[in-house]
Amino acid sequence: MAIEQDEIEKIAELARIRIASQQIGEVTQRITEILGMVDQLQAVDTTNIEPMANPLDATQRLRVDEVSEGNQREAFQAIAPAVENGLYLVPKVIE
Amino acid sequence: MQWESVIGLEVHLQLATESKIFSGSATTFGAEPNTQASAVDLAMPGMLPVLNEKAVRYAVLFGLGIGAEIGKRSVFDRKNYFYPDSPKGYQISQFLDPIVGRGDFKIQLEDGSTRNIGITRAHLEEDAGKSLHEDFHGQTGIDLNRAGTPLLEIVTEPDFRTAEEAVTYLKELHSLVTYLGISDGNMAEGSMRCDVNISLRPVGSDTLGTRAEIKNVNSFRFVEKAIRYEFNRQADILDDGGTVAQETRLYDAERDETRAMRSKEVANDYRYFPEPDLLPVVIDDAYIEALRGQLPELPRQKRERFASEYDLSPYDAGVLSATRAMADFYENVASACNNPKMAANWVQVELLGRLNREDVEISASPVSPQALSGLIKRILDNSISGKIAKQVFEAMWQGEGSADEIIAARGLKQVSDSGQLESMVDEIIATNTAQVEQYLAADEVRRKKLLGFFVGQIMKLSKGQANPQMVNKLLTEKLV
Repeated sequence: MAIEQDEIEKIAELARIRIASQQIGEVTQRITEILGMVDQLQAVDTTNIEPMANPLDATQRLRVDEVSEGNQREAFQAIAPAVENGLYLVPKVIE
Repeated sequence: MQWESVIGLEVHLQLATESKIFSGSATTFGAEPNTQASAVDLAMPGMLPVLNEKAVRYAVLFGLGIGAEIGKRSVFDRKNYFYPDSPKGYQISQFLDPIVGRGDFKIQLEDGSTRNIGITRAHLEEDAGKSLHEDFHGQTGIDLNRAGTPLLEIVTEPDFRTAEEAVTYLKELHSLVTYLGISDGNMAEGSMRCDVNISLRPVGSDTLGTRAEIKNVNSFRFVEKAIRYEFNRQADILDDGGTVAQETRLYDAERDETRAMRSKEVANDYRYFPEPDLLPVVIDDAYIEALRGQLPELPRQKRERFASEYDLSPYDAGVLSATRAMADFYENVASACNNPKMAANWVQVELLGRLNREDVEISASPVSPQALSGLIKRILDNSISGKIAKQVFEAMWQGEGSADEIIAARGLKQVSDSGQLESMVDEIIATNTAQVEQYLAADEVRRKKLLGFFVGQIMKLSKGQANPQMVNKLLTEKLV
């Protein structure tokens, strides 16, 4: 299965990965090869096999509903690039 | 063209847990920014989610409450998107195997008719943080206190045809979840947020049109307004021969309009995959049956019981069973005064009217069920008239004591002493000779009207305390 260059650009955008324009061709080529491997896997007959959500043969343990974490804002904000009035500051996300 | 709207709702319900769905941080509303955001909520490297049992329990209770299928093996998935109020770069949600499957929800409209609304599914997920866009020198401030608060997303089939049906569903859903105690249902604090999917089609058609999704509408009234606005907007486009764009819109309450959101993602492409940090959640029958045994009487059952046991109209039964607090209040009054009809009247008209005007919750009512039934008893035994009872109620609201205390202190007891009443009747007849002549000359029908004048005069003279039945009787006897 081949993948088009513009699809690679879209996936990169969704994953927030910057790919230099001169590298796009190579990345496209490599992902096409990976998809070839996926095609091979797709050919396996999986009728009657339950989809696996996790490779561990175990189920989720549940936590009792108790507050066990105190306020550590100061420690966390000491390593943040920008804070103000207790808020983390990030580049503006709406126009 | 006559258009019909086809509406589906997605409700994000905040579950009333103490701690978050995947971390031990508190979920208290209104805390100082980021004081309830732990390393897990901040997505620090190496942090792992651990699922909160109460969130699972509440989701199952909801499923049982609507008679839905319970997902005995449910799986969490990652919903991938980038936004700074979601530090992991994905939201943990459930996609293929939700905890609550297909169910039904019966709603009752104001005219007493019922509609069945299909519940597609309900799944557990985590809430995002909050973005504050003002006053940060061109930057955005992020508060992650809400990040990780457990949500139950309840999705309906596109089974609503009108705004009224949608709002009725939301009100009854609100009532159900507060009965179940799984959510505080506090709309103002965002405990119930609603996305509305709406499309139009010609009346009689059974194909679906292109829909718009209106995000995050946070009150019943706004849902109604947003639907009405969107209906007109789409009808205008379609009438002009245009096509409705499939898009996400926001409802602006100040302008009462919906607007297309500027898309933050190229398109909704969330690339779901199973969350590798969480194992499948397996619930056994014993767990489910134990919870089934804990289900309280639910609003629909209570409403039906009120209607049959107390002989109330479907509307009255609906109002009085809307919340658990209301239903308990009403039942306490009804049993204490032993007159369910009268209790229904007083709770609905005087008490609720007053509570609404003063914006007081029934749980904080200054007039207790015992106090109100004490008042009703005095109406029933003819100690006071309904009119005087309203004055006594007012005094009770102001904290002047019980009905009996107020009646005694203000001397409001109805005058039923025939001698006393007779002298009042004689006085009024003697001082209104013109009216007496008119009355005597009149026919049956006019007499009835004129009698009202005399009754009014006597009530005035007695400061409203004369027993009206006795006054009527005395007057007709004497005016011959």
